[in-house]
Amino acid sequence: MTIKLGVPSKGRLMEKTFDWFGERGVSLRRTGSEREYAAAVEGVDGLELVLLSASEIPRELAAGRIHMGVTGSDLVRDKLALWQEQVTEMALLGFGHADLIIAVPKCWADVETLDDLDAVAASFRAEHGFRLRIATKYHHLVREYLRANGVADYQLVDSQGATEGTVKNLTAEAVADITSTGETLRANHLKILSGAVVHKSQATLFKSRRAQWSDSDRGNFRVLAEKLGLSG
Amino acid sequence: MISKADIRAEAARLLARFEQAGATAVEADILQPADVLLDLYGEDIRGRAYVTSDAWRGEQMLRPDFTVPVVQMHMQHGADPARYAYAGEVFRRQEDAPERAHEYIQVGYEVFERDNAAASDAEVFALFADLLAPLKLRAATGDIGILKAAITGLKTTDRRKAALLRHIWRPRRFRSLLKRYSTQGTAQRELMLERTVNNAAAMEGTPHVGLRSVAEVALRYDSLREDAATDPISDTEMALLDDILALRETAPHVLSNLRDIAVDMPAISPAVSALAARLDAMDALGVDVENLAFETSYGRSSMEYYDGFVFGFYAPTRPDLPPVGSGGRYDALTKVLGQGSEIPAVGGVIRPAQVLELGGLTGTGDHYAAGKGGLSQ
Repeated sequence: MTIKLGVPSKGRLMEKTFDWFGERGVSLRRTGSEREYAAAVEGVDGLELVLLSASEIPRELAAGRIHMGVTGSDLVRDKLALWQEQVTEMALLGFGHADLIIAVPKCWADVETLDDLDAVAASFRAEHGFRLRIATKYHHLVREYLRANGVADYQLVDSQGATEGTVKNLTAEAVADITSTGETLRANHLKILSGAVVHKSQATLFKSRRAQWSDSDRGNFRVLAEKLGLSG
Repeated sequence: MISKADIRAEAARLLARFEQAGATAVEADILQPADVLLDLYGEDIRGRAYVTSDAWRGEQMLRPDFTVPVVQMHMQHGADPARYAYAGEVFRRQEDAPERAHEYIQVGYEVFERDNAAASDAEVFALFADLLAPLKLRAATGDIGILKAAITGLKTTDRRKAALLRHIWRPRRFRSLLKRYSTQGTAQRELMLERTVNNAAAMEGTPHVGLRSVAEVALRYDSLREDAATDPISDTEMALLDDILALRETAPHVLSNLRDIAVDMPAISPAVSALAARLDAMDALGVDVENLAFETSYGRSSMEYYDGFVFGFYAPTRPDLPPVGSGGRYDALTKVLGQGSEIPAVGGVIRPAQVLELGGLTGTGDHYAAGKGGLSQ
């Protein structure tokens, strides 16, 4: 048996994750051709690297098919119900920072906070005959946030990409999306609601509560955790 | 372990009792069009109901309750007045409480009747109280109509009243709105207007994007200006609202308190008279009104479509269980679903699985009067 570690299969998130482990004496790297999803680990025993899409890592952790995984804290909270019962946070990795925020057109001079958004949702519905549309891919997180804050008369419409463009294209009135600098929002004439950060996300190393551990896995995990400077 | 067959048998017994009480048994589809439920309950229902879809009919929901299909059926071709009973599965997502049932049987009784709301309310409550009497449950009752009347009677703008009425079922937002309209909230109201003016001034060159028009933004600006210029809701009225919301006593005590409050807030008098008439009607049907618990805030957080009388029956020994039976009046719902027509309606549901869990209803079968005193406090 080996401990399976799920890591995003491409992009900056993968590279930064490799760097983070590398700095702690655990070398992770891809092998084979550029297109082949194969990987190697050096510096510790009994650890296997599994390259996955960042958005699938929460599900794999919850199912116990991987023992540990690196992904955004936003994805774990959005995709897993009662996430603390399925995974534990081992370490915040200090990169991949992004805020899940709600943004509205900048030309809405009357809207600055959630209070305003809620009031606008009521009059929008009365005027247009349907509920104000918020485009997002973070359905669970955004819905729970708006419910907790008592916002009514809105609907979530699914947007898996180019979310900031939905307002201009008249398929949504507002968006709820991840942003780090706000550049894309500004370019699309949107502004962030103040005091309404749904979640502050960063790359996080999670441990599954469901995975099976053999005795040798446990031993290897203790060595790994010590090397990474984690209590485990 | 209680088997599904036992639960079905209990459901059939309860259904038969509802039919004896004069109801016609009806069925409803398990697949319900999602858009109707979403329009009614808002996006929150997605967190509570299972959504599925096909390419032809679009999004469907696994029936989260029977109220909507029964009301729709009645509005389309129901007799007037009418009494309906049903028994069947409902489906609830329980993402934040996985230990709760995701699929369970409800047995319900609904009364659609134009005259004498007090009598219909009392009929439903007394029927449930009588049926459940062997379980020695604690009854909770309330009346959303009292709070609605108090808001409608406030000496303030219609806009504020509409905003408060919209959030009756979201106590947290209701509270923050109320604060904004009070003397404490004057600075906040002025700030909201000031921000809008500043934003508008800084918007030079910002293109207009999206469906919400310039005119709509201007209308909202007008309403913010109106709100900033309007006197706050007086401290006296705020204190009366707080008094009303805090009432939690036996029904006769609450009634007497409400009559005192109605001297300073005459707008609630009709709602208070309606409560008095309901209590009389309940007494006439053998309910122990003297010891009946009443809470003005009851039913505000969990039962969005109820807008009048509300009730629930709880097992005092099992606070972990949801109510064994619950229900209330939902006149406004029939208006929304009726597309122009409306009919006053009141009803409730019993969960047979919980009835069995608490020992079952063996030995019942008597009429209402026999249920007197069955409600322990």
